[in-house]
Amino acid sequence: MSFKSLVTFIVLGLIQILLLKNLALFGIAFCFLYLISILNFPTAIPTIPLLLISFILGLTIDVFYETIGIHALSATFLAFLRPFWLKALSPSGGYDDTSNPTIAEMGIGWYISYAWPLVFCFCLLFFSADQWGTGRFLNALNKSFFSSTFTVLLAIIVQLIFFKRRRDI
Amino acid sequence: MLRIFQFLYSLRVFLLFISLEVIAIWLIVGNNSPQGAAFFNSSNAIIGSALKTQSDVTDFFSLAEANDALVSENASLMQTLRRIRTVPDSIDFQLDSLLNATYEFKSARVISNSLRFSQNHLTINKGTVDGIKVGMGVFNHEGIVGRVKTVSKNYSVAISLLNTGLLVSSKMKSNDVFGSVNWDGKNSKQAKMLYVPRHVNAKVGDTIITSGFNAVFPEGIKVGIISSVSQGKDPNYLDILLDLSTDFSQVSYIYLVENTQSEELDSLYIKSELTNEF
Repeated sequence: MSFKSLVTFIVLGLIQILLLKNLALFGIAFCFLYLISILNFPTAIPTIPLLLISFILGLTIDVFYETIGIHALSATFLAFLRPFWLKALSPSGGYDDTSNPTIAEMGIGWYISYAWPLVFCFCLLFFSADQWGTGRFLNALNKSFFSSTFTVLLAIIVQLIFFKRRRDI
Repeated sequence: MLRIFQFLYSLRVFLLFISLEVIAIWLIVGNNSPQGAAFFNSSNAIIGSALKTQSDVTDFFSLAEANDALVSENASLMQTLRRIRTVPDSIDFQLDSLLNATYEFKSARVISNSLRFSQNHLTINKGTVDGIKVGMGVFNHEGIVGRVKTVSKNYSVAISLLNTGLLVSSKMKSNDVFGSVNWDGKNSKQAKMLYVPRHVNAKVGDTIITSGFNAVFPEGIKVGIISSVSQGKDPNYLDILLDLSTDFSQVSYIYLVENTQSEELDSLYIKSELTNEF
């Protein structure tokens, strides 16, 4: 992980904690922008470090959200699903060793089909765990749908604005 | 044995995933029990301070609203307090009329103010819609500010104490000697107390408060502190200069007070053919 991606990692975490924590569009669309940093790790990253990083990141966010464990649970789940989903979506020639699953390299259409289902799974687990025992699964489904859409939308915007397109090779 | 390890090694990712999820679930469940996971919450010093910094920043943007709310809350509290504080004498009164709220308080904000003229006025952001009436007293947490002169639908104009035309009935706190405070038009930080007889022992440093005689202000609102006492030119009265307690350059949130019984008092004065000189 280069220095630049470490900075991105920390900045996204801070934005999540400081700004997006209190944001919920119409009370149902939450934004989990920090998931970008998990989604955008290079495709070649081994799963074990990815799982550990996601768990620690989720736990850090949890501490500020006062939802101890829930983010960690869902983020680990997302990190676990990611390699399988990447394999399913792999282009005909396979991935390069250095390629990143970002908009800049793969394009918007591919990115949506990559990110949205993963974020949706994250949200589904998150809201199910959040509302566990209340028996309002439909509500969780509703929130998951809108939250994942909102998150992916914001993730695309953020990447288009702030993440430079790589110009080499 | 080796094959078992090989098998487990091939499943390492899944096993790690499962163990992490178990830890997370354990944390969730543990946190929901009262004693659980006390370390990982925002009462932790570092996280607490981070959240406080965050709320400090966000609170800053709602500061104006918060202030408004506080001021109006203060006004209602003052009304309650005044009702409670009216303690009967040792004489046996009918308590019901005595404990009536004689004064009603409202809160408002000054939206324009002047200091530099001899007839200074304040504009207030509330009017008849909010129940502001002509003749209400205006003060803030520091002391007396003025008196409402004209009222429109949404705004009102008050005569500032820094207006040579306004007399405020007041008294010295230590010996209850009363007089009228009037601004002489010179310094926006000082005013004069008139009509205090020469035999009175007025001390520098004594606090001047409203007397409650003129039915505009309740008794006990701060006006200022005596800064000098001298035998002036007038053979009957002392020349008393006081430092106003209100900083008129910074008046922003104010209270308005109305005497709900002033009409009754006025009609009583008319009936007994008196002019209320205060």
